Amino acid sequence: MNGVHDLGGMQGFGPVQPEPESEEPVFHAEWESRVYGITRLLGRLGLWNLDKSRYNREQLPPADYLSFSYYESWFAGLQKQLVKSGLISEEELQTGRASAPVPDGIMERVVNAEQVRAVPIMTTSYVRPEPAPPRFAPGDRVRALNRHPRGHTREPRYVRGHVGTVHEHYGSQVYPDLSAEGVDEGHHLYSVRFDASELWGESADANSVVYVDLWEDYLEPAT
Amino acid sequence: MSHHDHDHTEPPSDIELRVKALESLLVEKGLVDPEALDALIDLYEDKIGPSNGKHVVAHAWADEEFRQWLLDDPNAAIASMGYVGSQGEQVRVVENTDDVHNLVVCTLCSCYPWPLLGLPPVWYKSMPYRAQAVADPRGVMRQFGSEVPEEKEVRVWDSTSEMRYLVLPQRPEGTEGWTEEQLMELVTRNSMVGVEEARLPATVGTA
Repeated sequence: MNGVHDLGGMQGFGPVQPEPESEEPVFHAEWESRVYGITRLLGRLGLWNLDKSRYNREQLPPADYLSFSYYESWFAGLQKQLVKSGLISEEELQTGRASAPVPDGIMERVVNAEQVRAVPIMTTSYVRPEPAPPRFAPGDRVRALNRHPRGHTREPRYVRGHVGTVHEHYGSQVYPDLSAEGVDEGHHLYSVRFDASELWGESADANSVVYVDLWEDYLEPAT
Repeated sequence: MSHHDHDHTEPPSDIELRVKALESLLVEKGLVDPEALDALIDLYEDKIGPSNGKHVVAHAWADEEFRQWLLDDPNAAIASMGYVGSQGEQVRVVENTDDVHNLVVCTLCSCYPWPLLGLPPVWYKSMPYRAQAVADPRGVMRQFGSEVPEEKEVRVWDSTSEMRYLVLPQRPEGTEGWTEEQLMELVTRNSMVGVEEARLPATVGTA
């Protein structure tokens, strides 16, 4: 979706204003750490995936997305996902009291402390069998398609319609546009290099390039 | 945690209360194990942070064979040091040289190599950084006090997939014979995202 989350190249947000590296805490308040931890743990129940979580946050009202702090957005997305997946009811969310049963097959998957501490730490594989041979190879010229899907996508607006060169083929990986709809399929993924002048015209930063990871569905051959 | 600079006589904020209410509900329903929650938060507050990445970079600076391995097969090289975990399953290491400077961003959300750098700082997730990095990388770096000459190619890596990027900064001159521990002092989190260069030897007390 053409949402406000798709920020690359937008103007008017002001300076970056970093906190000094040595002084910045991992979390700026205790509730942030709880939101982070709860989101991670419940994500392991297997009822939703990373793309659904991202899509939930992207669908926040634009004014909320822009004004919420980072973990406020996570909290809003989490609450929405919990109700959508039946883990808690709307009523429970309002009252804070447990009144609805947990769906079957969930309790066995609740993550314990031992699983949290196991190495490697809660990894996920994104590699999937190849649907077909790859259409492109390193060195090929490609154009990012001018598409505007209403659902989730990882093709940022600033590359659409622009021509770049395939830098690397990353193999077949979970395709986010379908993954956000609950369909788990691998599609070919590429790193594509764009000259800054192709993307930004006369405003481009001199001698700079942008590498963007793009799935095959986002690309067509260019000459 | 609660040791940040707010006055403890103040009532808790609305968001604090709402998060606490949700946590209690989830614990009551048995969906969140409180011990697991504390363990997870501890991991990211105390163990998984930029020192992992600093270790990898310093090791690459000190050991040419490892540096080559890190660039050719980053996942195997990083796994050999044990820094594997969520959001670091597939890593590419991009090297700064005399001719190239690399900068990492996620314009669409906040993708970041957690097992190597920990959780991202606020500025990395902020609207200004996500908006500017792809269109004006030198302008962004200037806000961190860094200047990249025009002769150098700036490569911006927008993390739009599940690939994660780590910048291998240039080893500063005047560090010949330094140990890996000494070299680690020169590596900053910001230099591994690419908004800065590594620190100069004169800025640390080791020389």
